[in-house]
Parts: sequence; structure tokens; C-alpha cells
Amino acid sequence: MTKIFETPIYPFVRHADHDAPAPARHKVLVVGAGPVGLAAAIDLAQQGIEVVVLDENDKVSFGSRAICFAKRPLEILDRLGCAQAMVEKGELWNVGKVFFKDRQVYEFNLLPEKGHRRPAFINLQQYYFEKHLVDRIQELQDQGAEIEIRGRNKVSAVGTHDDHVTLEIDTPEGSYNLEGDWVIACDGANSPMRAMLGKDFVGRVFEDNFLIADVVMEAEFPSERWFWFDPPFNPGQSALLHKQPDGVWRIDLQLGWDIDKEREKRPENVIPRLKQMLGEDVEFELEWVSIYTFQCRRMEKFRHGRVIFAGDAAHQVSPFGARGANSGIQDIDNLGWKLKLVLDGKAPESLLDSYDIERIHGADENILNSSRSTDFITPKSEMSRILRDAVLDLAETHEFARPLVNSGRLSVPCTYDDSPLNSADALDGPERTRPGAPCPDAPLGDGFLLDQLGHRFTLLTFNADAPDEITEDGVTVTRLALSDADDPTRALRQRYLGKCKSAVYLIRPDQHVAARRPTWDEHQFRAAIRRATGKE
Amino acid sequence: MSDRSLILTANIAEADDFYADLLDAHDGLTKPESDALNARLLLILANQIGDREILTQAIKAAKPHGKPHD
Repeated sequence: MTKIFETPIYPFVRHADHDAPAPARHKVLVVGAGPVGLAAAIDLAQQGIEVVVLDENDKVSFGSRAICFAKRPLEILDRLGCAQAMVEKGELWNVGKVFFKDRQVYEFNLLPEKGHRRPAFINLQQYYFEKHLVDRIQELQDQGAEIEIRGRNKVSAVGTHDDHVTLEIDTPEGSYNLEGDWVIACDGANSPMRAMLGKDFVGRVFEDNFLIADVVMEAEFPSERWFWFDPPFNPGQSALLHKQPDGVWRIDLQLGWDIDKEREKRPENVIPRLKQMLGEDVEFELEWVSIYTFQCRRMEKFRHGRVIFAGDAAHQVSPFGARGANSGIQDIDNLGWKLKLVLDGKAPESLLDSYDIERIHGADENILNSSRSTDFITPKSEMSRILRDAVLDLAETHEFARPLVNSGRLSVPCTYDDSPLNSADALDGPERTRPGAPCPDAPLGDGFLLDQLGHRFTLLTFNADAPDEITEDGVTVTRLALSDADDPTRALRQRYLGKCKSAVYLIRPDQHVAARRPTWDEHQFRAAIRRATGKE
Repeated sequence: MSDRSLILTANIAEADDFYADLLDAHDGLTKPESDALNARLLLILANQIGDREILTQAIKAAKPHGKPHD
């Protein structure tokens, strides 16, 4: 059977732009049709912005690659109209087990907080993730949105100008040029766009190789994340087992630095390793094998004039913690509404500099966390291994040592503390909903709070009066009025009010808090809207 | 500096007994076993202290002389 990732889903079609006498100009060109580029295009198209995605390939991701999608990106994908299908297809998991040598040292349960639409995590092969995004693009096209993907359109040269970018594009039928008012570069960790612009990408190299194998098997393993330190079947190294949909299992084996990659990838070498791990009697079939190394690094700046980098092209982390694709989706969430305001002339171009500030903050947090996980998983000195093993030994019997075990700190959304778009916190409310924080979900009516937020600025009032709509310098804010009567589970009160009697929140189109006060104050909130749109 | 500061004056009653216990614990262990014991003991004591500020000061105090800020 042909795999989904072996079938062209957006095959090359010669476009009229190819034969235009002068380069056609588009509003936004997105380079790369991975998870981040596709999400960017959807976000823009939903806001009525004309967008063209250019991809050197014509298929979804080859192999499963990113498999672990966290709650916040799923909430963003709800806003983009594609999370439901992903969650239905995805594999839910909450339990993780940690093994050291030949024994289990402990297990944890993510125990997601109640009152959220989306689970803490789903596992879904990247090829399905991308397929759902492509389906959503098709749906938007059917509704008349100006969005398209051009397969086998490889960017071969970039020219930057004050008010546009020129791209030279190679296709199977020769090359042509395009212009974009803006370009979003989502072309992955080895970003040719980044190289063509000669931009830096510095950070820390980890001298280690990991064998990644997807195996199809009928196995009794539960839907849990199993992580081994120094297991008998891979002595001195680590291993990970994780379930994906369709009976596909992700197996990740650390191999060390001095290996022959081509040799290790051959089935006759992979299969005995897997048999050692899974047991001699388990029947399985190899779907995909790859060897990867990684670095933790980022660009110094993500915005370079009219070219904006997002996802792995801008920042790269180790895979431990599922912080790659998940953070790329959050980049797009941050960028989409800002670009829309700038394109509409409702905010200064400098608003986009806050994308740099906020997402660099996010990238640094991810790099820090994933570097620490890597240092724990692959100790770099004798003493770091002694300490690591002591933590694991103690974790088996003593609860105190378990928080020190680091097999990946799973992706959580970042709070944009100190962002120039935030207004000073004027509410003695819960810490988790301070300015800069992503809004936590809560049950509301037959649905959830986050269904009502996003796409636009919202004035969220709890037990407080405020106008139903205000417009400040072209930016319209609509009110969502809630009271204790709307909150039978008390989740809203717990997450947004704490001990306060009332609260008024200014929420950005990406569902992050911009400002909050106990009551409506026209002067203060008008200032907060200006600040949140880069005008103060 | 708050009252959260590292004690660097004598604070262990019957210090000789404590020291003897420490040596006894290592008796008959190989070097790797001893290293592992020290590491476990360190983690248990650090957890007992808990206070991040004190732990930071302790790490500094333990560093070789002449390199207090490394």
C-alpha cells in the first residue's frame, strides 16, 4: 500500500504567474509547507489576506517526525478550524513511565486540569497533521479565500527591498519570479531562506545521534510514554516508546556520537535492536527509520525587514519536550494578527518588532528547557552521570527526587512577561492570567471560553460594566460580558478572578491577556489598546 | 542580605561522631559505589535545605578557593 506521505497532494501545476510579463505581486508569500507554513497561511487567509505557499516538495512530511502536539497549539488550531479532526484521529495519553536500567522507577500522570476543551497532549504523525492543514486550506479555497499551495516551487534567490521581497522560484518547468509585500520563511531547521539572506544561526551542538524508528505492530503496550535511562537493550544510552494512531509506535534510541549512520539505518541492523527492546516474539514492520542529531540555537532576530522567520527556521531545539512544531504554531499565532493590523494600516510596522521580542522570549525558554533535558538524558561528564544516576536511584523510593528526573519538560505555552504590548497589571488576580499570559480555557454555556476569544480584540468583563464595543484609532474591541451566573463550575472565577469581586480583561486576537483591571476605566483601556497595537 | 544565609560557623553537635558516621558509610565501597553514595547524600541534604538562595550560596562556598564566582 502506498503511504500517505508517498503520494503527491499538491502536485506541480504551471501557474499563470509563471508566464506573466512582470513578476506578479502577492500580499504574503509563505516559504515552506510544513506545519508552521501551512498554519501561517490558514491564519492569514482566515483574516482575508491573500497568501501563496511555496514548497519545494509536493507531499506531506516524509515519516512521522513531530508526533506530540500540546494543548496550547491545539487551542490555536481550534482558532484555525482544524483541531477537532486532529484530536479525533490522534492518540490521547496522560501516563508516563520512567525506567532506569532494568526496572521502573516511577510513573506520572499528567492529570490535566478539568474544564478545558483540549487534552494536555495528543500524538499524531506529522504527515496527518499536515494533511489536516492541507484539507483546511482546501476548505478555505472552496469558500472563496485567496490561498494556494504551489508544489515543487523551490525558492532559489531572494531580493529584499524596503516595501517588498522578490523571490526567484525554480520549478520542473523552469524558473520565474514573484514579489510579496511580506514573506514568512517557514522552511525548517536547514532554512535555505536563512542561508540565502546570510543570517546567523548560532547555539549549542549536541554530539549525539538518535535512531528514530516507526514500527507497525499489534502490541499490548498501552497508550503511554515510556522512557528508559540506560536500559539493558541499549546500555549506557536512552530509549523512548510512544504510541501513534494506526498501530504505529515511535521508538527513539540514543546511539552516541561515533557511529556509522548509514550502517545503523539498515534494517538488518535496526531490527535486532528493536527485537531486543520489544521481545523476540513481537511481530512488527518498519515503516520509517531515520537518524537525527540536533542543536539548540536560534537566530539573533526573527524579523529581517519584510522577511519574517518562524518555526524551526528561526529556532531549533532538541526533541525532548515536544517544543519544536508546538512552538512554531505559537509563532504563527503571535504573528498573524499583527501582520493583519499592519497590512490594514491600523498599526505601525514596528508592531512586528514585538513578534521578535515575544517569540524570542518563547524560543529562549524552549532552548533552556530542552538543553537541560538533554543534559540530563545524555550526561556529558562522569560527575553529571553520577548525579543523574543518583537522582534516578532515589526517585524509585523517594518522591522528592522525581521532579529532578528530566526526560523532557513537556511543552507549555509561554507567558510574554515584560512584553512592550502589556499594560501594568492593575488587578490583584490569579498569577496565571497576568498580562502576557495565554488565556486558560474554562467551560462556558454548551462550549468553552476560548471559543469566544481570539480573531479580534475582546473586552472580557466579569461582574463589571463596560461598553459593548469601543474603537480606538481604527482598532475595534468587542465585549464578552460574563458573570458568576455563567460559571456553574467556578472555573472562570478560579482562573480569572481569584478573590476579586469583578474584573475587566483586554484580550488580544491570539488569546493572550494585554491588560486587566478590577473595573472599566475608559482612559486606561484606550491606552491599553494603543499599547497592545504598538502605538505607545 | 536577608536572614536566609548559609551557616558557615560550626553547627553540628558532636561533630566527630558525624564525621565517623560519614566515613563508616563509605567503608568497603568501591570508588563508583562511594561516588554514588555521595551523590545521593548530597541530593537528600539539598532537598532538606530546600531554600534556593541557601543552596546557591552553598555551591559557591564549596567551589575551589580563588574561583568564587565561576
